[in-house]
Amino acid sequence: MTETPATPLVHAQNLRKEYGAMTAVDGVTFSIRRGECFGLLGPNGAGKTTTIRMLYGFTPRTSGSLELFGTDCDGSWRTIKSRIGVCQQDNTLDPDLTVVQNLNVFGRYFNLSRARLQTRIDNLLRFAALDNRRDADVRGLSGGMVRRLVLARALINEPELLILDEPTTGLDPQSRHQLWSRLEDLKAQGLTTLLTTHYMDEAERLCDRLVIMDQGRILVEGAPSELINAHVGRTVIEIMAPGNNIRTLLQEKSVAFEDLGHRLIVYHRNGEELYRELISGEYREGCMLRPATLEDVFLRLTGRDLRE
Amino acid sequence: MIRFDLSRRFFRVWQRNFVVYRKTWKIGFIPPLLEPLFYLAAFGVGLGVMVGSVNYAGEKIPYTTFIAPALIAVNIMQSAFFETTFASFVRMFYQKTFDGMLATPLSVDEVITGELLWGATKSAIGTFLMMLVISAFGLLHYPGALLLLPIAFLGGLAFACAGMVCTAIVPTIEVFNLPIFLFITPMFLFGGTFFPLSNLPAWAQIVAHTLPLTHLVELCRGVSLGGLRSHLLYSLLYLLFWIALFYPLAIVLMRRRLIK
Ligand SMILES: Nc1ncnc2c1ncn2[C@@H]1O[C@H](COP(=O)(O)OP(=O)(O)O)[C@@H](O)[C@H]1O
Ligand SMILES: [Mg+2]
Repeated sequence: MTETPATPLVHAQNLRKEYGAMTAVDGVTFSIRRGECFGLLGPNGAGKTTTIRMLYGFTPRTSGSLELFGTDCDGSWRTIKSRIGVCQQDNTLDPDLTVVQNLNVFGRYFNLSRARLQTRIDNLLRFAALDNRRDADVRGLSGGMVRRLVLARALINEPELLILDEPTTGLDPQSRHQLWSRLEDLKAQGLTTLLTTHYMDEAERLCDRLVIMDQGRILVEGAPSELINAHVGRTVIEIMAPGNNIRTLLQEKSVAFEDLGHRLIVYHRNGEELYRELISGEYREGCMLRPATLEDVFLRLTGRDLRE
Repeated sequence: MIRFDLSRRFFRVWQRNFVVYRKTWKIGFIPPLLEPLFYLAAFGVGLGVMVGSVNYAGEKIPYTTFIAPALIAVNIMQSAFFETTFASFVRMFYQKTFDGMLATPLSVDEVITGELLWGATKSAIGTFLMMLVISAFGLLHYPGALLLLPIAFLGGLAFACAGMVCTAIVPTIEVFNLPIFLFITPMFLFGGTFFPLSNLPAWAQIVAHTLPLTHLVELCRGVSLGGLRSHLLYSLLYLLFWIALFYPLAIVLMRRRLIK
């Protein structure tokens, strides 16, 4: 296949990865179009990191085929890698180097010329709001600054595909929003992004399309709003400290709900009417109507059990 | 036969380590300058008074002249081995530097080759600094002693490869004490460093000749005393053979450790 503007940037078919008897990724298939932000969602251990590691050639796949930029990955991995930028899940910034040295040394791994690196680094430091920290030790940076530097470093080679593995995990709300607005800027410039996260608000805000994974498999694929509509409905009613008569009432109305014991969660295509009915009766207190979110989809599909 | 995935890009990895080294070179310079002073004072002056001279290759030479090249050889061994064990392990395991590199167009083979050549370079830098000090005592015979620099690089590479093999297989950083105790320390003591090998029983001489430091000491002493002898060629071949064996082994084992 040769590359045309319509060619998907990533075309993964039946990717599998086994570690001994354990299957980390169990046959996933997806495509990423040029210019979109594609999300890979799933609880811990779902196989997100393993999937993207296969994508950027860090992990050899057990089976399946993979094309990036319309080229089969097995042949020209070096060219392909030079067109990708990666923010790994672990912090791999070089603690022995300063901020600017991190960018410089990393750029040289791509064989970028000194002149090109110079301008690139100046731009990226400004982009990451780190220009006043040029010569700072990276060990002294805050969590938010570290992530912005990791992002800047991943952009050093002007990649056509940016891969982000849980870019905001562990950040405070201010730093998360800072990073999001930068990712939105990049998207506005037309950069294609692949993002893994287990924050649903992040996925809803950034992703055009996404898949939800669990136990190495893709459960659903679609735009966030499509998924919410298809799997939860428009509204959710939460009922605190429910009595048995309300369970009976909901069953009589054949309304689907999830029973957490101390709380009922009612997924409803048209919750307003039911909600009015409930609060006019004995459930004035402890009854709440809210719009459905991607988090509802996620929890509904992947369950509420802890993953460790 | 293994196939190497190697381009000149390994130089970028070497360069990364050089950038770090330059940040702290003032501290890095101190040990190779002071160490020979300490050793020459303790062993040469202190012990040398008792020992006087040593029979080496049919000649009587002063004890300090005898040990000075061995001090260089020991430093070559230790700096390269330390670099590709403790230092490389920290980069690989704690700092995830290799993981970062592997998200760029660098191959595992290039990362490891860059590390190994850096280990060899550190040996050569250390040797250069030690030569300055030792020459001040007039213990090196020039121009032959200039060959110490390429020998340092070659010997450094040999020990760097051995160190990297250890790094590829140790579960934790503490385990490096094992090869140091079983491999490095015995060579340091019995590799013809502080007394001539001929003082050892025949079987021990044979064992000593299977170990790389013995040959490195031979080479360093040979070129430092002036007058190249043909047996140096065997020592040179030994080191080349060692590298030909341990370089591919280091690459293969590191691929196994890093590619998940
Ligand atoms: N190198 C490895 N060896 C063995 N098992 C692994 C390895 N890497 C990941 N796994 C396993 O594969 C599964 C998926 O892991 P991962 O892709 O990291 O999940 P996620 O990123 O979604 O949290 C987990 O159960 C994990 O323990
Ligand atoms: Mg992960």
